Amino acid sequence: MSIGLSHYLLLSAILFSISVAGIFINRKNVIVLLMCIELMLLAVNFNFIAFSHYLGDLSGQIFVFFILTVAAAESAIGLAILILLFRNRASINVEDMDGMRG
Amino acid sequence: MENIYLTIVFAPLLAAIVTGLFGRQIGRAGAHWLTILAVALSCGLSLYVLKGIVADGDPVFNGSVYTWADIDGLHMEVGFLIDRLTALMMAVVSFVSLMVHIYTIGYMRDDPGYQRFFSYISLFTFSMLMLVMSNNFLQLFFGWEAVGLVSYLLIGFWYKRPTAIVANLKAFLVNRVGDFGFILGIAGIYFYTGTLDYSQVFQQAPTLTSQTMQILPGMDWQVLSVICICLFIGAMGKSAQVPLHVWLPDSMEGPTPISALIHAATMVTAGIFMVSRMSPLFELSTTALGFVLVIGAMTAFFMGLLGVVQNDIKRVVAYSTISQLGYMTVALGASAYAAGIFHLTTHAFFKALLFLAAGSVIIAMHHEQDIRKMGGLRKYMPVTYWTAVVGSLALIGFPGFSGFFSKDALIEAVHLSQAPGAGVAYWAILLSVFVTALYTFRLLFLTFHGKERMDRHTREQLKESPLVVTVPLVLLAIPSAIIGWFTIEPLLFGGFFGGSISVLPAQDVLARLGHEFHGPAAFVLHGIKGPAFWLSIAGVGTAWWVYLKNPGLSTKISRRINRLYELLVNKYYFDDFNEKIVAAGGRAVGRILWQIGDEKIIDGGLVNGTANGIGWIANRVRGIQTGYLYHYAFTMIFGFAVLAAWLLLSG
Amino acid sequence: MFQSILFYWIAFVLVVAALGVISARNPVHSVMFLVLAFVSSAVLWMLLEAEFLAIVLVLVYVGAVMVLFLFVVMMLDINVQRLREGWTRYAPLGIGVALVVILEIAHVVWFKAQGFSMGMAPQPAPADYSNTEALGAVLYTEYVYPLELAAVLLLVAIIAAITLTMRQRPGLKKQNIAKQIAVRAEDRVRLVKMKSEKEQ
Repeated sequence: MSIGLSHYLLLSAILFSISVAGIFINRKNVIVLLMCIELMLLAVNFNFIAFSHYLGDLSGQIFVFFILTVAAAESAIGLAILILLFRNRASINVEDMDGMRG
Repeated sequence: MENIYLTIVFAPLLAAIVTGLFGRQIGRAGAHWLTILAVALSCGLSLYVLKGIVADGDPVFNGSVYTWADIDGLHMEVGFLIDRLTALMMAVVSFVSLMVHIYTIGYMRDDPGYQRFFSYISLFTFSMLMLVMSNNFLQLFFGWEAVGLVSYLLIGFWYKRPTAIVANLKAFLVNRVGDFGFILGIAGIYFYTGTLDYSQVFQQAPTLTSQTMQILPGMDWQVLSVICICLFIGAMGKSAQVPLHVWLPDSMEGPTPISALIHAATMVTAGIFMVSRMSPLFELSTTALGFVLVIGAMTAFFMGLLGVVQNDIKRVVAYSTISQLGYMTVALGASAYAAGIFHLTTHAFFKALLFLAAGSVIIAMHHEQDIRKMGGLRKYMPVTYWTAVVGSLALIGFPGFSGFFSKDALIEAVHLSQAPGAGVAYWAILLSVFVTALYTFRLLFLTFHGKERMDRHTREQLKESPLVVTVPLVLLAIPSAIIGWFTIEPLLFGGFFGGSISVLPAQDVLARLGHEFHGPAAFVLHGIKGPAFWLSIAGVGTAWWVYLKNPGLSTKISRRINRLYELLVNKYYFDDFNEKIVAAGGRAVGRILWQIGDEKIIDGGLVNGTANGIGWIANRVRGIQTGYLYHYAFTMIFGFAVLAAWLLLSG
Repeated sequence: MFQSILFYWIAFVLVVAALGVISARNPVHSVMFLVLAFVSSAVLWMLLEAEFLAIVLVLVYVGAVMVLFLFVVMMLDINVQRLREGWTRYAPLGIGVALVVILEIAHVVWFKAQGFSMGMAPQPAPADYSNTEALGAVLYTEYVYPLELAAVLLLVAIIAAITLTMRQRPGLKKQNIAKQIAVRAEDRVRLVKMKSEKEQ
């Protein structure tokens, strides 16, 4: 039995679901939340690359390229915010951050 | 020719602007010289135009001189339509206006608002000329509103008198009611024909008769009738027809020259003129004509009766004016437009004359207007007396005077008319002849004859008015007396108006009347044999008997017919009705709208209610916004899962 | 056959690594697991003939972004114990949602996309085929504007990160260049005129 597109798609789905579960489980730790987001993006990239390969269209890989760019930018800024946050409040516990409470 | 027309219109406007804005610089003499010269120029040129059209057969001018705006097929233009009807109106308007200008020098001599007054009356001349010379509905409406504005300004000329302010407000408001109908009519015309130009509208008029509209569901109304009645409602306001007549008696608060110029001779005839101008429309709607006829007849008779019980010299003349306007309206309703215009012309002369005579009396009496405090003025002011007699004889239609020709022809025309309501109208105006004679000679007798009831101080200072007052009186008395002899034949039966008035052959009562017409002299002889003459003689006789022979009799009679007298003194309770029902109703509706509609529903419900509602919802919803990042993330993921499930299950 | 074994093996590692990311007690371990997940993904991408992206993933992600994460985690003195509180409270919910998502995607993959040839592998690329070159050819022609935008985005991200974390310590002595340039002679030197003192 050879490896087909559906294998990759399912793998990506599992990856995605794990990161979804990770967001729920590690809801207090912002760093781990950011990592889960990275994982999620990875799952999406998987889909793009798999489709690109099986459809013979390079555009999927181009998309991944841009997603990587955005993800790098996102994690850079996210971590910068995190550092700022820690410097000001000495905590990265999400439950300490309720300044937006209605 | 176009330059001549422009000069006729704009000379008074220019004079009005200069006098109004630079009155102080040019001084009193400058003000009256400038405006009189401008109006004299207008008058001279108007007479020249009239001569050109009547005697030399100049072609009808119909053209626009300026395009004001052109919006999606709606042409707004300033244009002139100069045909025989217009030329006649121009001559009448500018001539009467000129007389009043001259007379004003004497009447307003000591008034601080001298320049302002001249500016206003010149502006009025401009507005009225714009109205009559217009070749489209928009300009007609402009002139219509402009004369209304000037009338408002002039009634309230003595703006320190509370009564004057109330009167001008009343005139303005009542005219608004009429103007509302008028503009609805114009809108209807534009809606159904797509043009505002007279000639194009008249061309399309026959197509309107077959169309119907539904204003109330289930009732089909003929479009043309609705339009005509709307237009006529405008005329009712401007020409003081029942029930929109209430402003005219009160407008006598204004200076007397104004009463003569605006509220007797020119502005109030705008409605008559307008209906005549629209004759191609009105002719096609017997419904509208019947309406016009009935309103006119009611006005002629009932308003005349009110003149009998009034004691203010100007108010008597004012009610007489309303009654005479009713006559004209009846003529319009009977399709005898030419007779209406004819009566309008003669009436302009003799009513202006009567007003100016009344003004002359008022000057002599030191602005006392109550006829019960007058009497025996004949020997102090002979010129005023004799001109007033001429005016009165013309008004009651004494054979040979101008009023006789127009009124008798009018009555005969209505007698011949087959229009619905013509029978009633005929009797109403016939009886009005008696009433007219009664109140006219009551006024004459009480003012100029009998005992001198004024106080001693006034009596010692009684003297004839100065020349600037008496000269216009004499100048107006001459046409009042004789103009009928020359004009009746061409105006009524000679096809004077040509194409400017159109009458359907079936309704052309004047043509039928023309078959029996054998010259003015024969007409006079015939008139003496008719009932109208004897009724007027009876009226004069009654007035002489009641007010001169037995001075105490009138109070006895009024006591005997107390109910009727009350009704008349209270002017049929029109004012009370307006005040208690219309105005109070309006105020009540306003209060309801204010307290319930505005404060409760709009302010309480919509404005604050929205805010309160949102505040209430937000208070409930704010609990959702915990401020915890992960709650938002959870919500997003849940949302994604639900959306994905929905997508799967639905597709 | 070899590819299948490789796929299953690497996929297994990937899933385990992902589970490790979300379940490790120590954030440092989480980062390490994430690195493992990225590397495994890079291998799988190689299988999919996306060599360039696989390399980029390792170089950029593992080499730069993950190191950044590691730095941050180590730099911050995090009270891990408090962060772990209530760990199990949301676990069932998280797992439930994850299962739903998996089921949904599996449903799409197995049932909804029947017409699509899921199993058919394309022809492998020829030996002289360069994924990098092909990608570059598209990227610098068709996608040149998005590329420029991405470059600007990165620049903005750099500026944003620096601005956010920059800190002025009180009492730090430093130059104000604008002031230095704007200075004028009269600000520095004050010439005073005095009467010369007379000799006695």
